[in-house]
Amino acid sequence: MKLKLLSRVSFSLLMARWKQTLVAAVGVTFSITMFIALLSFMSGLNDLLDGLIVNRTPHVRLYNEIQASKIQPIQLAKKYANSYNFINSVKPKNEKIEIYNSAAILKELKNDSRVLGFAPKITTQVFFNVGTIDLTGVINGIDPIEENRLFMFKEYVTTGNFMDLKNTPNSIILGKGAAEKILANIGDVIQVTTSKGEKMQMKVVGYFQSGIQEVDKVQSYASIATTQKLLGVPNNYITDIQVKLKDILLAPSLAREFSALYDLDAVDIQTANSQFETGSSVRTIISYAVGITLLIVAGFGIYNILNMMIYEKMDSIAILKATGFSGNDVNQIFITIALSIGIFGGILGLVFGAGLSYVIDNVPFNTPALPTIKTFPINYNPKFYFIGAVFSIVTTYFAGYFPSRKASKIDPVLIIRGK
Amino acid sequence: MQEKVLEAINISKSFHDPITIKVLKDINFSLNPGEFASIIGKSGCGKSTLLYILSTMDTDYEGDLLISGINMKNKKEGELALVRNQKIGFVFQFHYLLNEFSVLKNVMLPGLKLNKYSEKEVENRAYEKLKILDIQNEALKKPNQLSGGQKQRVAIARALINDPLIIMGDEPTGNLDKKNSDIVFDIFKELAEVYNQTLLIVTHDNEFASKTHRIIEMEDGKIIKH
Repeated sequence: MKLKLLSRVSFSLLMARWKQTLVAAVGVTFSITMFIALLSFMSGLNDLLDGLIVNRTPHVRLYNEIQASKIQPIQLAKKYANSYNFINSVKPKNEKIEIYNSAAILKELKNDSRVLGFAPKITTQVFFNVGTIDLTGVINGIDPIEENRLFMFKEYVTTGNFMDLKNTPNSIILGKGAAEKILANIGDVIQVTTSKGEKMQMKVVGYFQSGIQEVDKVQSYASIATTQKLLGVPNNYITDIQVKLKDILLAPSLAREFSALYDLDAVDIQTANSQFETGSSVRTIISYAVGITLLIVAGFGIYNILNMMIYEKMDSIAILKATGFSGNDVNQIFITIALSIGIFGGILGLVFGAGLSYVIDNVPFNTPALPTIKTFPINYNPKFYFIGAVFSIVTTYFAGYFPSRKASKIDPVLIIRGK
Repeated sequence: MQEKVLEAINISKSFHDPITIKVLKDINFSLNPGEFASIIGKSGCGKSTLLYILSTMDTDYEGDLLISGINMKNKKEGELALVRNQKIGFVFQFHYLLNEFSVLKNVMLPGLKLNKYSEKEVENRAYEKLKILDIQNEALKKPNQLSGGQKQRVAIARALINDPLIIMGDEPTGNLDKKNSDIVFDIFKELAEVYNQTLLIVTHDNEFASKTHRIIEMEDGKIIKH
């Protein structure tokens, strides 16, 4: 009953100045709309850019790096254990980049509960022979099915079907840039030479486009079996194991663990792509800062309007107090006004924010670098709507708090005697 | 012995800005139920100041104020608001009606605040009070559509809504012409004589005061006759 009475008084005061009230509410609506749209767009963009890297990068990559032996023979000699040993001109040893005992490692990874999946890979340098010139390139021997399941291979094959790698013998999918350079069309047969001089005819079954031009100029894909045949190696030969984890945050610790366990080099995604993480977080901070600034500005608008209302309604406040409304009641009346502006404006803002996001989501966005993207990216995360709602209520509450306190402290005697 | 409606014991008050001036000096008086009293005195003699202390709105004074035997000193702001709501009805020189509400709602507001009756009952009571004041036909109009005299009558109806112990008036006829002043006076008289309502009216209109049952005369912050 008491609440009902106070809200009725609030409502009447609100309606008495409905134009100003509307302006204040529009301010809140506008800021919430922009807040939602900005964060959704920014976050969508972040996801897109991260996706470019994260989707295609293994969480942990196991491989053999060509490097100098960490322990030189003299360090093993007990006789010189307490001496300083100076060794000049250390060279990398002639170690194969093949992963030893790969079958056992793969089997163990399969039983590891932290691992979502893994895809073996062979990376090899080749020459594409075009007429009289040779162009360097890289062939990645992959398992097309696993590669697609874990790293969305299909998304990047812009022409042709990735499954042809498995179904067509001696087939290759060329990077778009590489294909343009060697003037190869789909269905053409190109000649490939390995670094050891082995030659092979391969049929082009598709193009892929990663969005990173330098990559597209050199990379190409073939199936593992084809690559093994090209290199003349047995069918347990692989050079990389790409592991995708259930929890990406475990990557650094698992990389260390695998490295020690299998005596391989291991690199985790966080180390390999640290710059992307930084970029994303800075963009997120900026968009939150802009959004919150908008809300605070709207809060000042509400503050102004309430202050004005209190000056105008001095008499009404005085008489309410004279007839038995306490300072607390008056306080509640003005807080109610502020909150109703905030809630009304906020809800509209959420609706318009979703609408604006939807519009942005449908704006065409074609760029040769990102073949899979047709429109601007939007992330419809409910978190933004929640934050927007909470913020609209919090800022309007504070915008109403100070004027309301002032109103509650009005001394009716001063007003009534002043007439 | 009949319980006194209002009792002022040694009430003094000073203004401190810019220099300390004692505006009320040891005011002692009491009001019995059903009394129709007026406070008169020259402008600046402190009669309005006294009224605001008696009405609990001004709490900055020395001495004691008893309303129906209860001391108002040291009560919290919220408690005083409740006392005003329940026991005191106000009529000011200016009507102070809220233009956002209809006449009826204006009268109902203190009743709704008291929350003793349901909204329907408060509405019925408001109609009754408006009927006493003969303005029930204007109930659904907005205050700014009424004449000055009518507004003042609505303000009196508002003062009556909670059946207060006492009605206080601060120059209630100050803004009215002769005709409307007479109407308002007749209403007060009727309230006192027919409904046995206690009234305390501050006025500088000696003619008005002379018609009341009891005159309290003030000069220089003191009561010189009562």
